[in-house]
Amino acid sequence: MGEAIAVRGLTKKYDALTAVDAINFTVNEGQVFAFLGPNGAGKTTTVEILEGLRRRTSGDVTVLGLDPWTDGPALHRKIGVIPQEFRFFEKTTPKEAVEYYATLFGVQVDAKSILEQVALLDKANTHFDVLSGGQKQKLGLALALVASPTLCFLDEPTTGLDPQARRGIWDVIRQLRREGRTVFLTTHYLEEAELLADQVAIIHHGQIIAEGTPAEIIRDHGRPERLTVEAPPSLGEYLRAHLKRDVTVEDGQVAVAMRDKSDALVVLQAIEASGIPWKGFATSTDTLEDVFISLVGRMDDGVLGGGAKT
Amino acid sequence: MNPRRIGADFKVFSRGYIRNRVGLFFALVFPIILIGLFGLIFSATGSSTVTLYTENFDHHSPASVAFLSALNQTGAVTVDVVSLPANQGFATWLAQQGHTVGLIVPVGFQSAYANHTPTNVTLFTDPQDQASGGIAAGAISGVANYYNLKASNGTQIVGLQEQQVGSQVYKYIDFLVPGLIGFSILTSPMFSLVEISSTYRKDHLFRQLSLTPLTRGEWLTAKALWYIVLTFLSAAIMIAFGVFAFGAHLTFTLGLVPFLILGPFFFVSLGMLAGSISRTPESAAILGNIITFPMMFLSGTFFPVSNFPPFLQKVVYILPLYYVIDGMNQVMLFQNTSRALLDIAVIGIGGVLVFVAAISVFKWRDE
Repeated sequence: MGEAIAVRGLTKKYDALTAVDAINFTVNEGQVFAFLGPNGAGKTTTVEILEGLRRRTSGDVTVLGLDPWTDGPALHRKIGVIPQEFRFFEKTTPKEAVEYYATLFGVQVDAKSILEQVALLDKANTHFDVLSGGQKQKLGLALALVASPTLCFLDEPTTGLDPQARRGIWDVIRQLRREGRTVFLTTHYLEEAELLADQVAIIHHGQIIAEGTPAEIIRDHGRPERLTVEAPPSLGEYLRAHLKRDVTVEDGQVAVAMRDKSDALVVLQAIEASGIPWKGFATSTDTLEDVFISLVGRMDDGVLGGGAKT
Repeated sequence: MNPRRIGADFKVFSRGYIRNRVGLFFALVFPIILIGLFGLIFSATGSSTVTLYTENFDHHSPASVAFLSALNQTGAVTVDVVSLPANQGFATWLAQQGHTVGLIVPVGFQSAYANHTPTNVTLFTDPQDQASGGIAAGAISGVANYYNLKASNGTQIVGLQEQQVGSQVYKYIDFLVPGLIGFSILTSPMFSLVEISSTYRKDHLFRQLSLTPLTRGEWLTAKALWYIVLTFLSAAIMIAFGVFAFGAHLTFTLGLVPFLILGPFFFVSLGMLAGSISRTPESAAILGNIITFPMMFLSGTFFPVSNFPPFLQKVVYILPLYYVIDGMNQVMLFQNTSRALLDIAVIGIGGVLVFVAAISVFKWRDE
């Protein structure tokens, strides 16, 4: 599997502000790569540099073997891009928009089949200005696909969409992956990244603070699996004294960190042995969102230095 | 420059323009309203004949009647004889009626003329309407000189043979129609491109387009082509309306074509340049207005430039719209090809320079 994107020491400065600070990452062909970060982390700047829309200050960037800034026109024939909050000419219909793009790219396409692919065929003849937010994003996706790109940049494609519209976009992303295309996805929805991405990188204050598969990031940066029961705080104190485990008590819930799955039996026996009344138990692991919030929070609190990579 | 891409962008833009009725209204209907409005306002004063209200105190003697008849025959004035009550002053009456020119023929005009005794007719004029006063004074002096010459049995040595510049008598509407075609050539592309340049930037549409093979030159060319088509349409409608509704004497000649092409091309480029060098939509609108409004009024749009004070007549030479309107006047009214060619050269060379400047200044993407 070759490299679709290779970034080495990428830096972008705006006067005194360093928006992107010597970051490195690689996106392999055929992967869905999720690029995550809070607002102002340097996400959009990085994406725009990769798309050839913004000049970098320093570093080496190769996208499909091309320099995005100097080889922009050649690169743009190979990539599809949906920018944040996709906008188009107000009085143009999706069908006309697809035909327009097809002529610009010099390709023959069946506008209906592309619109069908993004579930927008029923709005093929509706003016852009009366489409819903989700339908507008779908048109952005359709236009990004017109030239059959091998790499698609989707910059927050589901922001502001209702759950059904989001799932519609997810289906298209999965379809792109099945077709062997590379997808570079930025999103605020961690659940989305966890569901769709093969690889994830988290950027904060211009630096990559975690990188890997969602499972790797959760494993390396998340808390251990926990067993939780409904019980009074006295159970927490009992377990801390008898099990020597990390125990948290919150909102009538006592959670005990487990060493592994089989540890659940040991913990339950200790709970039963305490004689303190309890009911209902569940086990849980951190989600990517938990890890993200924890990592970003720790970095903001100064606990975690920049550049902690997996 | 790829014609296929220009054609695609032209198609999308023109569709959007037609579907958005506001643009069409201002491009095609608004100039018609202006022609109708100005045509009606000035049709009454479009004729160069001044109505000369006259009180004849010589009790309609043959000599006084002949004198007034001679004044009528000059074609410069139309004598309207009035009889006022004895206690009504003529000057006061003129002022009350809003008339700016009046004449009194004195008692004893006929006998004075017969006896070769000097006598004066009295002309009343309003300083606020010096043009009418001047026309009346000229006509009266001419007729009086003729009468003096005749009375002294003199022979006229130096005569006057009058000819029109061009081949016909021009009315205000004849100047108004080319002026308003120029108005349309200026305002539609300028206002539209200034707005487009800032809103497309704000909505990231330029960035969106930069991700396609469309180039900035192709994009701007497509806009210019659309405004050229729109200009041909609006010019045809305005000329037809001017001719049929107001009897304008206009020739729809092939010589008009370069102006209907180069004019929109120039102002599409200028609008894009103004919008691109502005940082915000607000400053773009202000700059657009600063460029457009003086040009709108000082280029001979509503009034012939020859009516302007001398210093203003020099200022108009720096206004590109002047060359468009002057050129259209030359080909539609005066059939002056050499002057029109000069105007075409100015607009053509200027248009190419502004187009290149606009392309260089406006950016698809950010640094």
